[in-house]
Amino acid sequence: MVKTEVTLCGEKLDNPIIASSGTFNYGYEMNDLYDINILGSFSCKGTTLEPRNGNPTPRIAEVKDGLINSIGLQNPGIKAVIEEEFPKLRKIYHKKIFANCCGNTPEEFAEVASYMDKEDVVGFLEINISCPNVNGGTSCSSDPSLAYEVTKLVKARTHKPVFIKLSPNVTDIVSIALACERAGADGVSLINCVQGMRIDLKTRKPIIARKKGGMSGPAIFPIALRMVYDVAHAVHIPVIGIGGISTPEDVLEMMMAGASAVEVGAMNLVDPYICKKLVEGLPAAMEKYGIEDINSIVGVA
Amino acid sequence: MKEETCTVLENKKIAKNTHLMKLSQNEENFPRPGMFFDIALPGHFLRRPFSLADHDASSFSFVYKAIGHGTEEMTKLEEGTKLDILLGLGNGFDLTKSGDTPLLVGGGSGIGVMHCLAKAFIKEKKHPLVALGFNTKEEVFFEKEFEELGIKPLIYTVDGSYGEKGFPTQSLKEPHSYLYSCGPEPLLKALAEDQGKGEFSLERRMGCGYGCCMGCTIVTKNGPRRVCKEGPVFEKEDLVW
Repeated sequence: MVKTEVTLCGEKLDNPIIASSGTFNYGYEMNDLYDINILGSFSCKGTTLEPRNGNPTPRIAEVKDGLINSIGLQNPGIKAVIEEEFPKLRKIYHKKIFANCCGNTPEEFAEVASYMDKEDVVGFLEINISCPNVNGGTSCSSDPSLAYEVTKLVKARTHKPVFIKLSPNVTDIVSIALACERAGADGVSLINCVQGMRIDLKTRKPIIARKKGGMSGPAIFPIALRMVYDVAHAVHIPVIGIGGISTPEDVLEMMMAGASAVEVGAMNLVDPYICKKLVEGLPAAMEKYGIEDINSIVGVA
Repeated sequence: MKEETCTVLENKKIAKNTHLMKLSQNEENFPRPGMFFDIALPGHFLRRPFSLADHDASSFSFVYKAIGHGTEEMTKLEEGTKLDILLGLGNGFDLTKSGDTPLLVGGGSGIGVMHCLAKAFIKEKKHPLVALGFNTKEEVFFEKEFEELGIKPLIYTVDGSYGEKGFPTQSLKEPHSYLYSCGPEPLLKALAEDQGKGEFSLERRMGCGYGCCMGCTIVTKNGPRRVCKEGPVFEKEDLVW
């Protein structure tokens, strides 16, 4: 029996597979397909203080081995999430989630975080400073001093471990990660979507209503892997690797690059059973490569 | 929702730019007309969603237009090809609201969807009025299929080359108890002017097709709704144009 259990900030996860924010909603609907308690965890839909209808459609465009999305953080707002979504989730889920928190200002991030802090189903906060699809969404993620400020404010409002979700659309992701670490972040998760675009040859206009969006899927895996590698070698806090993971082998590769756990995003949108397949397929992949304890490969590359 | 490996039983051109594909299923997955399914196409990342045109316990078929690189490739799929498909998606139409004389208006590939609905009404011994809109004669399809159900569809072409010249919105003057429709957005928008109640099936570019990504959201009078999960069928009164 191989050991898949990992520990993040003192909290044990049965395995390192975490469904990524924006691809798993608030979880309970996916439980109609399989018991989501088999996951290490999942990160809920990015939640803001006020409800958001999101961006106009089309919000989706296909690319080779991936897609571009421009959802615009559609969510019912923190109060409805606490009063309506979490009670439905608690009925079927007995583990802890990552609460993905979003805001337009550093104060708003902190406000959402303070609500999430009081929720027992929340084990970790994931502060999404990197959504590419909202106005000003990337400014917090591209400026180390703003990333520092958001992290500081959030940390002051919660006792739960705080992961800052980083954007790849920056000159130097390591400097942002280091700023978050200095401000007291308990970990970082990366990468969020890579900005991209498609044009419809017939209309000669961008496919996405807001022209540009965030690209994800297996196409970005090598980009994510490189960034996880760089960040993991620079910081002393846990790194969650995100970006295009679609096989158990990708999980191993991402962890060898330095990730303590991984998030699986775009693949949830084309294979609703992908996280189940990864959880169930991981032990065999570990055996194949002679890995007894998944923790033994973190950062070995 | 259920994932199944389905076999292409038939894949043929039925009119200009218009194709019909018939696929196998192991059991009935579509309790209501207006439900849809999501096909994984080899070589393409995103699935392709389509609504039913017909179905029985062991097969289902749908009408599609070859308008993009995915659908163009679909026209080349040969009989016997196996496809990974998510079946039984979406809400479907509510037949109980129809009253005695429902009017079914279809445009484009939405005509397939209206065929599925008409068949369900005939099974319930209700005789709907059907109006179909096309651009031109070469695009006309399914006239015979409706006639086989015992329905003589009102056919409209924009250029007047077949049936009555004009748009299927002209059928609104016929007395009807409820309006069902599926078709291009401008058609639905025009039909929304009708005084009575109805249900419209909408089409959106989708990411997942099962409620995870919020890619296909529309804003209704009751707030944001996912076309794939709360839809694709919405009450006409709830839609915002």
